[in-house]
Amino acid sequence: MATTTERAAATEADGRTDPRLAVQLLRLGDDALVLGQRLCQWITRAPTIEEDLALSNIALDLVGQARLLLTLAGRLDGTGRDEDDLAFARTDREFTNALLTELPNGDFAATVARQLVYTHYAVAYYRALGDCADPELAAFGQRAAKEIAFHRLHADTWTERLGLGTAESARRMQEGLDHVWPYTAELFDEDDPVRDLAAAGTAPSPAPLRPGWERSTTEVITRAGLTVPSPRWRARGGRAGLHTEEFASLVAELQSVRRQFPGGTW
Amino acid sequence: MSSGQPEGVPAARTVGAPEARPEGVPASWEVFLRPRRGLSHQHVGSVRAYDPDTALLRARDLYTRRGDPLSLWVVRSDAVHTASPDERDPYFANARHKPYRYPQQFVPLTTERSPDGGHDD
Amino acid sequence: MSATGPADTAAAGEDEPTARFEALVGAGEAVEPRDWMPDGYRRMVLRQLAQHAHSEIIGMQPEGAWLTRAPSLHRKSVLIAKVQDEAGHGLYLYSAAETLGVDRADLLDALHQGRQRASATFDHPALTWADTGTIAWLTDGAAVINQAPLCRTSYGPYARAMRRVCQEEAFHVRQGYDLMRALCEGTPAQKAMAQDAVDRWWLPAVALMFGPPDTEAGGADARTAAVGAAVSRRAMAWGIKRHTNDELRARFVDSCVPQAERLGLTLPDPAIRWNEERGHYDFTPVDWDVYRRALGEDTHWARQRVAHRRAAHEDGAWVREAAAAYAARTRDADAAAGQDAGAHEHGHGQEHGQDRTEVRA
Repeated sequence: MATTTERAAATEADGRTDPRLAVQLLRLGDDALVLGQRLCQWITRAPTIEEDLALSNIALDLVGQARLLLTLAGRLDGTGRDEDDLAFARTDREFTNALLTELPNGDFAATVARQLVYTHYAVAYYRALGDCADPELAAFGQRAAKEIAFHRLHADTWTERLGLGTAESARRMQEGLDHVWPYTAELFDEDDPVRDLAAAGTAPSPAPLRPGWERSTTEVITRAGLTVPSPRWRARGGRAGLHTEEFASLVAELQSVRRQFPGGTW
Repeated sequence: MSSGQPEGVPAARTVGAPEARPEGVPASWEVFLRPRRGLSHQHVGSVRAYDPDTALLRARDLYTRRGDPLSLWVVRSDAVHTASPDERDPYFANARHKPYRYPQQFVPLTTERSPDGGHDD
Repeated sequence: MSATGPADTAAAGEDEPTARFEALVGAGEAVEPRDWMPDGYRRMVLRQLAQHAHSEIIGMQPEGAWLTRAPSLHRKSVLIAKVQDEAGHGLYLYSAAETLGVDRADLLDALHQGRQRASATFDHPALTWADTGTIAWLTDGAAVINQAPLCRTSYGPYARAMRRVCQEEAFHVRQGYDLMRALCEGTPAQKAMAQDAVDRWWLPAVALMFGPPDTEAGGADARTAAVGAAVSRRAMAWGIKRHTNDELRARFVDSCVPQAERLGLTLPDPAIRWNEERGHYDFTPVDWDVYRRALGEDTHWARQRVAHRRAAHEDGAWVREAAAAYAARTRDADAAAGQDAGAHEHGHGQEHGQDRTEVRA
């Protein structure tokens, strides 16, 4: 749920448009929404009831972040769409999340691996957003960074336990890392609009965060007795709406009720 | 009538009569949190976890969904030493027959009248 | 089993601990884990606690299935928070059960192997989005009526768990009603979805959430009423229950009818009407026929719920093994390093390894 200051930020944005910032906030919002949706698929299926609770906490934070980001994006792009218009009325091709966030859950190790690489990136990004010019957006960045820092602790904790647990868990954790690694590069891609936003101090570019991310993930992976993968390819396309095949069913599921009841109020 | 039994510890596994946990069952941890500044840590319940870091994560997830506490402790349940009247009655007879520990047993500072109940106990 | 001391006194006089126990309960005092307690009491509390805990966990499934389809991001957040609470409530209750000398792992095994069961309410499928609202409004509404008296139940850990549960659960019913109101104020198709869900969930809620009939007035025949009443009387004498099933059921109907009227929904029981004389609503008595009908002929969904739970547990076995192996490894490493144990505090960097004060048999 957005706080009062955040709502105020959204209101203040009324009338003011900034299509480039809207694009960037939509990317961030889609990352959070899609990853939150994937984590929802775990609930009632986690290895322990405590993990059902832990993963739902994380999902809850992500959906909360998505709501604010989509709200802002819908206002800044001049269309006046609200969070639900953006979540439920876009086509698959209009989603701009990084492919990493839509990867199917796989086993628990694959999910932990996805969480690990995402949270180390997202904490750094939202911390940087915490320094941006707009005080309300900066406040949101700080809040999100704090929330995701706990998700990162959860991911670090499990990476270490699976890496140093049994032979089977170490194997699965390594496979999880190997699986997600090609999808990490996309998180740090920048294009001209993002470079402009960063230069203006409006919103940071993720590109300069990569060395720090490499250091911190390497530290955790090494501590867990695992190997940092060095993949021969990298995925791209999510930011341009080119998604995995599995994404279509994720979006269909997300939007199914809403689409069955046109004109409904919820 | 409160015994010192930690919530998460099966009664059969009281201090002094420990039982090996079945292999693979995570340990029980008592959870304490300080809800506000100025208050001491309060016992809120227990969690199960294999190690203290995980116990803290789980305590946070389970007991702080509403209201952010200021601090959180976990203590292994079997590290809590307990006494209860059934086992150690002498522990629980310290306050009996000592009414003079209560202020109302004495002459009030503001009147000349002697207190109710007097000194006859 | 109860703690050590009183077993010795039992040898001196069998009745003495029983009398002390009865006096304690009679005085409205809480029974605490290490108090002596009659086996029957312990079994009854444990049975109820276990079923309650299982119901929270199994009850996550019908709503959990809709987390990915919630039709607004606000509703999605609310539903995640609710399903999450249910996991938490299950954990509180398993903890309370463990104070009676059982292990949660054994309770989960009993659930997974069908030796213990969750409330049959959740053996019904959640077919539409409106089902999530109806479950929250009706079955959680029923649960709150059941559970409010349990905050004063005689077994201390159960009562404490229930106070926490009730505090948190107040929002469940409200959000369910709120969800239904949105549907009822929406399009005709939305309202039809709401009515359909109420048509399917009313009977499970009114029949199964309160248990079988235990009074003649409630709809049991004389013989079963006597049996039900005897069980209820026992539970009430021990302060485990405070009211008969039928009493709570009537209270539930009284609370639901005006709510349904405000929503513009029809509760599927033509016998519901206000009884001026009694000051309560009349409704079709939940006799044993109605009760059995509510259970459903087909146990497909009951099996499905347990199978879902068991699959999650089995799929997660390697994760739990890894966590145990990791803990053993770090414990050994800490022992070698001679680290001391202590309380583990969040945020102070004092989180060293394992507790070495543990006494191992």
